[in-house]
Amino acid sequence: MGEVIVITSGKGGVGKTTTTANIGTALALEGKKVVLIDADIGLRNLDVVMGLENRIVYDLVDVVEGTCRLKQALIRDKRFNGLHLLPAAQTRDKNAVTPAQMQKLCEELKQHFDFILIDCPAGIEQGFKNAIAGADKAVVVTVPEVSAVRDADRIIGLLASNELPNPLLIVNRLRMDMVKRGDMMDIDDTIDILGVDLLGVVPDDEKIIVSSNRGEPAVTEDSSLAGQAYRNIAKRLLGEDVPLMNLQTEETFMDKLRKLFSGKNKKKH
Amino acid sequence: MALLDFFKFFGKEENKSKDIAKERLKLVLIHDRANVSPKFLDLIKGDIIKVISNYMEIDETGLDIRLSRIEQEDDNYTSALVANIPIKRMKNIGKNNG
Ligand SMILES: Nc1ncnc2c1ncn2[C@@H]1O[C@H](COP(=O)(O)OP(=O)(O)OP(=O)(O)O)[C@@H](O)[C@H]1O
Ligand SMILES: [Mg+2]
Repeated sequence: MGEVIVITSGKGGVGKTTTTANIGTALALEGKKVVLIDADIGLRNLDVVMGLENRIVYDLVDVVEGTCRLKQALIRDKRFNGLHLLPAAQTRDKNAVTPAQMQKLCEELKQHFDFILIDCPAGIEQGFKNAIAGADKAVVVTVPEVSAVRDADRIIGLLASNELPNPLLIVNRLRMDMVKRGDMMDIDDTIDILGVDLLGVVPDDEKIIVSSNRGEPAVTEDSSLAGQAYRNIAKRLLGEDVPLMNLQTEETFMDKLRKLFSGKNKKKH
Repeated sequence: MALLDFFKFFGKEENKSKDIAKERLKLVLIHDRANVSPKFLDLIKGDIIKVISNYMEIDETGLDIRLSRIEQEDDNYTSALVANIPIKRMKNIGKNNG
């Protein structure tokens, strides 16, 4: 029996689709049978991030409306064994699907796959309600900014009142250089405020954009820090105890000088 | 570099933007969390009535409890839970325990 995980955030553009694509691919690379569902009806994106846009024949709405069989709509990713995509409809709106239909779909997919990852649309309206309906577990993606964290808090509350308490948090686009000079909230700040468990931290990495240009998830790129972070996250979802990556960059001479004079190096008595 | 800037450069960085972000978030979330759940204040209300009733008889219909922002001396605002609890009569406990 598989597990259904919804990737959500509240605020738009913080990295839900990127996260879904990368965790899904990483899980497939770990030998799991995975299906990614794009629940962002009307604004589908997961297909292009995955580089599968030319293979779409049927979509999620076709499946729930019975226009095609579920199997016909699943696109098998030939690059990664076990990975599949169920694309969103582009010409319909969120009301084309109901929570009950999503639930039924998830139940069916659970019979055949180890992981069902749902890429949730931004917002808290119908699309959100559909995306979380069949989920067993929720992952909340945020970036270390006031508005995104505030929206994440709202989503965490809504998830709790929809029988999805204790979601796992991913802090995306962390910039260590900014954290270091005190211009970005660090991980502890963010967890402290939201009061949820951390699933992983993904650094801001231009390789994410390069890989979405190519339609190849960053987890396939050994040298990508973000790719590494997503591989670690996938391992944690599989129950492995993987420590957080060291995102620390080398201390510059100026950093050292500043530390010395601000007394942070002094021993406390 | 002026002397003052020099000290600012090496000294404790006080107005770090991340600290400002954190403080603002904490405050805004106090209100968000209380407002999204209408039950939240009712739950507190119920518990307060329970506790206070051990010591005094209160007018439950006149009880008013809400979250508000209070201005501090330094022009900053802080959140406060403000309760207005009309008392009808004191119970005898206070007297006996003296
Ligand atoms: N770790 C990262 N480093 C650099 N760029 C990133 C990172 N994560 C996401 N991005 C970029 O941010 C943009 C938004 O990402 P994405 O589409 O995954 O967000 P989303 O939450 O799915 O957005 P929407 O709410 O519109 O569905 C993309 O251009 C993506 O390439
Ligand atoms: Mg998206």
